[in-house]
Amino acid sequence: MNLYSRGDKLFVILNMVLIGLFTLSTLYPFIYIASLSMSTGFEARSGNVILTPVGFTLEAYKQVLSEPLFWSSYKNTFIYTIGGTLMSLAFIIPGAYALSKPQLYGRRFWNLVVAFTMWFNAGLIPFFLNMRDLGLLDSYFGIIIGFAVNGFNIILLRNFFEGIPKSFEEAARMDGANEFQVLWKVYVPLSKPAIATVALFCIVSRWNGFFWAMVLLQDEEKIPLQVYLRKVIVELSDDEEFATTLLTAAYSVETVTAAIIVCSIIPILLIYPFLQKYFSKGILLGGVKE
Amino acid sequence: MTSDPNFTGAAGPSTEELIFDATEAQRRRRPSRIERVGDHLKREWQLYVMLIPTILWLAIFLYKPMYGLQIAFKDYSVFRGVEGSPWIGFEHFQTLFGNDQFLRALKNTIVISFYGLIFGFPMPILLALMFNEILKQTFKKTAQTIVYLPHFVSSVIIAGIVITAFSPSAGIVNTMLGWLGIEPIYFLTKPEWFRPIFVGTGIWQEAGFQSIVYLAAIAGISPTLYESAVVDGASRWQMMWKITLPSILPTIIIMLIIRIGNMLEVSFEMIILLYQPATYETADVVNTFIYRQGIQGGQYDLAAAAGLFNAVVAFVLVMTANAISKRYSRTSLW
Repeated sequence: MNLYSRGDKLFVILNMVLIGLFTLSTLYPFIYIASLSMSTGFEARSGNVILTPVGFTLEAYKQVLSEPLFWSSYKNTFIYTIGGTLMSLAFIIPGAYALSKPQLYGRRFWNLVVAFTMWFNAGLIPFFLNMRDLGLLDSYFGIIIGFAVNGFNIILLRNFFEGIPKSFEEAARMDGANEFQVLWKVYVPLSKPAIATVALFCIVSRWNGFFWAMVLLQDEEKIPLQVYLRKVIVELSDDEEFATTLLTAAYSVETVTAAIIVCSIIPILLIYPFLQKYFSKGILLGGVKE
Repeated sequence: MTSDPNFTGAAGPSTEELIFDATEAQRRRRPSRIERVGDHLKREWQLYVMLIPTILWLAIFLYKPMYGLQIAFKDYSVFRGVEGSPWIGFEHFQTLFGNDQFLRALKNTIVISFYGLIFGFPMPILLALMFNEILKQTFKKTAQTIVYLPHFVSSVIIAGIVITAFSPSAGIVNTMLGWLGIEPIYFLTKPEWFRPIFVGTGIWQEAGFQSIVYLAAIAGISPTLYESAVVDGASRWQMMWKITLPSILPTIIIMLIIRIGNMLEVSFEMIILLYQPATYETADVVNTFIYRQGIQGGQYDLAAAAGLFNAVVAFVLVMTANAISKRYSRTSLW
């Protein structure tokens, strides 16, 4: 493989430079925000932070961490993420299993019922009014149950179940296992990668979910981190008084915003190795066929 | 028998047929349909117990709102409810198509999607081709790890980064413009800047991750193609254009069809976070219009009509896209 011509060498090097630049441009905003969060409010306001923290201070973090609403919203995000993901799996795993079984009556019809929701949905208003009519506004349970099932995830898992050879379950059936036991003892252990993929899809969409939490939750005690972050970004940056009184302080709107951003990205970074491993498999598994 | 479309009513079943039916019945004594369903349920009831929660959930949370869509044709009032409100036909649709704000939102949706398509669609393909040409595996892995990351970051955080970076006083963008002697620009209040910033942010966030699909397609190309090209003395540049790109063309076309099918799916969450009244002119899309009119303004029926229009157009686009891709690739998308 060392037979490259000069043209090839140039091409390979230029390609690496361009990819390197794109990668840096992806990374830079995160570095910028991290540095901003550790700079003094004054330096941040004056636009002196370029790459590394200027006038290093953790004042912005102190400010963020001393805010009770930050902690309650962080706690809520964990509740919504863990509760919502478990709820999703409780629906999706048995549902996908039943849909994968050829002996299921009306299987084509049930599959269509699931798939149709991917192509057509009633839209924001009817969904909102329905949640209101069900009495699920401003409730933890409403957020957890209201977004539990997702057609794409069911189909992804169903495809995986269908690909598992029948010979695996036959032994269990010989021993008199019922459907629940076959699912739990045979299919679930064999489908760990697919279930992990679906679980991670749920975790990420729950952790990042903001629009419906903003619309459905009025009570500040119940809002998740993303809604709190939006409040801080939108409301504080509009608040001229806050912006000017803090001009000389150790922290500013910018550094506080940056500090919250850092705090809310950390959990995603911690599970990122898993995300990267399973997500690429997931999109290739789910998108291809019915 | 009567379901036969050629059945005239004059002639009954022939004698042979009757005899055949009788002997057949005697021979097999087929259980009745109800008996068979009963047997089946006795044997397989557990499958239905597993299926019911999902179906019930879909009925309550997704299909019931579809029934509620009728308010698009009604003069909806909260007190009368969905069913009790009087029908008014297509009045809301007439209002919408005479409403400058709605027409503007429709136009913005199409323009923003179009920009996203032209600038955003080629990027992941280009990235995949370029990643494929990298020989150092550690460099490739590191770069991929980094460019996939923004996909997993929430729209609120991305918006927070954009707002901070483009801020007139402290933002890095204006700082850099200052080095060039350019006065600070308050980007997010300028209608002419909204679309470039929004589309650019979308590309920054998703292009890396979207390249996965093309990288998978590239991984499936037979190595013998490259081997014979090397024998013929082809350069890497030529192989990229003459082998890699044509080989992933089917994937590109399918992705393009999906993309066109999802034309109306502008990520309105991000728009809600980034726009403000000063930029509505170029930023307001159908879904943000629905959000403001309906959820914030309480005009549920009018907003539901706008949503129904959006959903029907989107449905037609997706179905058409699927039909085209079926024809092209002989495998449907779902």
